Amino acid sequence: MSTTVSGTNSAISPTSTPEKREITTKPRFSDKVFRGVATVGGLSSLVILGLILIFLGYQGFQVLRSEGFGFITGSNWQVMQDNAGNTDLAASSFGIAAMLVGTLLCAALAVSIAVPISVLCALYLTFYAPQFLKKIMVAIIDLMAAFPSILFGMWGFFVLMPHVEYWAKLIHKYFGWIPLFKMEVPVFTRSPFVAGVVLAIMIIPIITSVSREIFSQTPLDRVQAAYALGATRWSMIRAVVIPYGKSGVVGGAMLGLGRAMGETVAVYTVLNLVYQINWHVLIGAGGNVASMILLKFGEAGPTETRALMAAGLVLFLLTLLVNSIANTIVSRTGGKGR
Amino acid sequence: MSNLTLKPTKPWKRTPKQQLLIAVNLLVAAAISFVIVLVTPMKGKLAYLLLFFISTIIVNFAENYFKSGIAPAKDSIATSFVTAGLIIAVVPIFSILFTIFERGRAGLNFNLFSHDMKSNGPNDPLGQGGLLHALVGSGIMVGIALLISLPIGILTAIYLTEIKGIFSRPIKFLVQAMSGVPSIVAGLFILSAVVFPITKSSSGLMGGLALSILMIPTIARTSEEVLLLIPSDLREAGVALGGTQWRTISLIVVPAAKSGLITAIILGLARVAGETAPLILVSGGGDAVNPNPFHSPMGSLPFYIWKGFTFGTTESIARSWAGIFVLLSIIFILFIAARTLSGSEEKK
Repeated sequence: MSTTVSGTNSAISPTSTPEKREITTKPRFSDKVFRGVATVGGLSSLVILGLILIFLGYQGFQVLRSEGFGFITGSNWQVMQDNAGNTDLAASSFGIAAMLVGTLLCAALAVSIAVPISVLCALYLTFYAPQFLKKIMVAIIDLMAAFPSILFGMWGFFVLMPHVEYWAKLIHKYFGWIPLFKMEVPVFTRSPFVAGVVLAIMIIPIITSVSREIFSQTPLDRVQAAYALGATRWSMIRAVVIPYGKSGVVGGAMLGLGRAMGETVAVYTVLNLVYQINWHVLIGAGGNVASMILLKFGEAGPTETRALMAAGLVLFLLTLLVNSIANTIVSRTGGKGR
Repeated sequence: MSNLTLKPTKPWKRTPKQQLLIAVNLLVAAAISFVIVLVTPMKGKLAYLLLFFISTIIVNFAENYFKSGIAPAKDSIATSFVTAGLIIAVVPIFSILFTIFERGRAGLNFNLFSHDMKSNGPNDPLGQGGLLHALVGSGIMVGIALLISLPIGILTAIYLTEIKGIFSRPIKFLVQAMSGVPSIVAGLFILSAVVFPITKSSSGLMGGLALSILMIPTIARTSEEVLLLIPSDLREAGVALGGTQWRTISLIVVPAAKSGLITAIILGLARVAGETAPLILVSGGGDAVNPNPFHSPMGSLPFYIWKGFTFGTTESIARSWAGIFVLLSIIFILFIAARTLSGSEEKK
């Protein structure tokens, strides 16, 4: 580059030859500003997540300190007031164990219903569907992923719940001997099972699209090698696709789990919140941290609101953990092959 | 032999005979399930479906087993299962769309777009009142969210794809983590960080802030994917012409990715347009048209739906369904727009 300026021609007199330009790799001022701004913008996600942690922690600190581990192990939620009408923190008890168990139960149920359906659906779309059907179905399933949760809530309440209650009765009749499906009082309405089914329908599009992406990355040479060796479609899938995509599906399932745990409105409409740990999925008594926050928020005084903030902090950390694990698994799977 | 023309054939396509065989198999399976429902105590739609599924598997298995052996027979079972998987996944979608159309129709009228609920309760007859306030409020809040999220999201994407600094990996990880933040936590965060210590009252601005937390990761992730698709030749050409990185990106890379970035914005809008939980916590939800986001509660479409649903009378629920109809139509239009844009991008 430096030689270009010294190549003089006759039109320029030798005296006016510019000095050789110094070549540096130092960025210009405008680039420095640009990089600075972009870095600040990029770091904003860190800042926001940090601020969520700090502010929820700060607001919930008082309650968390007075309750200690009881906040996640106890399941009593009682607000006591002293004579002056203020909330008495020492006498009140805030415990979200029942809600946490309920959240995990509903989410686990949702994932265990959604994963088989989604994986089969993804396999169909990747390896079985004719091209035109594939395009339409992928668009429809992506659209479903954009449905707002209140829609699932209302549809779940008015349309799905009667059906699911009937299924629950059938399950109870034929599989009642399994401890999970046992029930002493036959109350089938608004049970964790109903919430689990609604959540499953919500997360099917997510798990399907993650699985589909992973399956479509299966190395083509291996697929064709299997076919060339005379494999049927199913034996090809079993020998090539499933070993390749296994961990990606696990990651997709965990993304679904994270979404199911954080869901508020759709669960609120179809779940009966009861402050007692309940492992029996068919009984109409469950718990959910997010729904509880929504339910209690309207009538909560200052101290109870702080307790709700603490509950939000626990929920935040839980979903953060699940999502981080999920993303690590998915990105690791996506990296190889192709 | 000049008149010999080769017609393209598709030897993998099913012949009419095979198609007929499939139809016969399905009919046989249907007949079997019908007979079983007739003679055994199993009754109801569920029994029909389950028995039909099982008998389809058995009929197909038998046919393939006697014709070609065990491996194709196993393959036919797998085919039945994956097809069933698709059907189960798709049935709820159609059920939801049908329900909204059927129940939302009753509440739809022109008053919806010209009136608010200032002087009407949710229990009033359907012709009175409307959701103008909700549309205005939703528009303002989503607009505020977009105003905040767009620069942050695109800068994040530029940092991840163009600058690739030392924070790239952690930021990528954090953006993914942020997209999993539950919506109610976003509401609680704005409540604890802004509403309680500073403003002490709910307003449209607070709703916009809460929505922006949910919108940033969507925009950032989609724009990152879009920018990654821009060929590096363009960047190298820009730098080779003597442009600084700033000019290369602002004048070459970003304009080249324009339609993709618009898609990212649209997907972000679709993501937050229906968010309910954070708005219940921070926006207040008024009943009158309130164009000022800094002062007094502001209604929104999800809040309007929520209010009608929790009120619980026939009229209020019909209002909710009409609200959902409008909301889903908006999301649907946004989604189609995003699809069309990204589709035209792919063809280039």
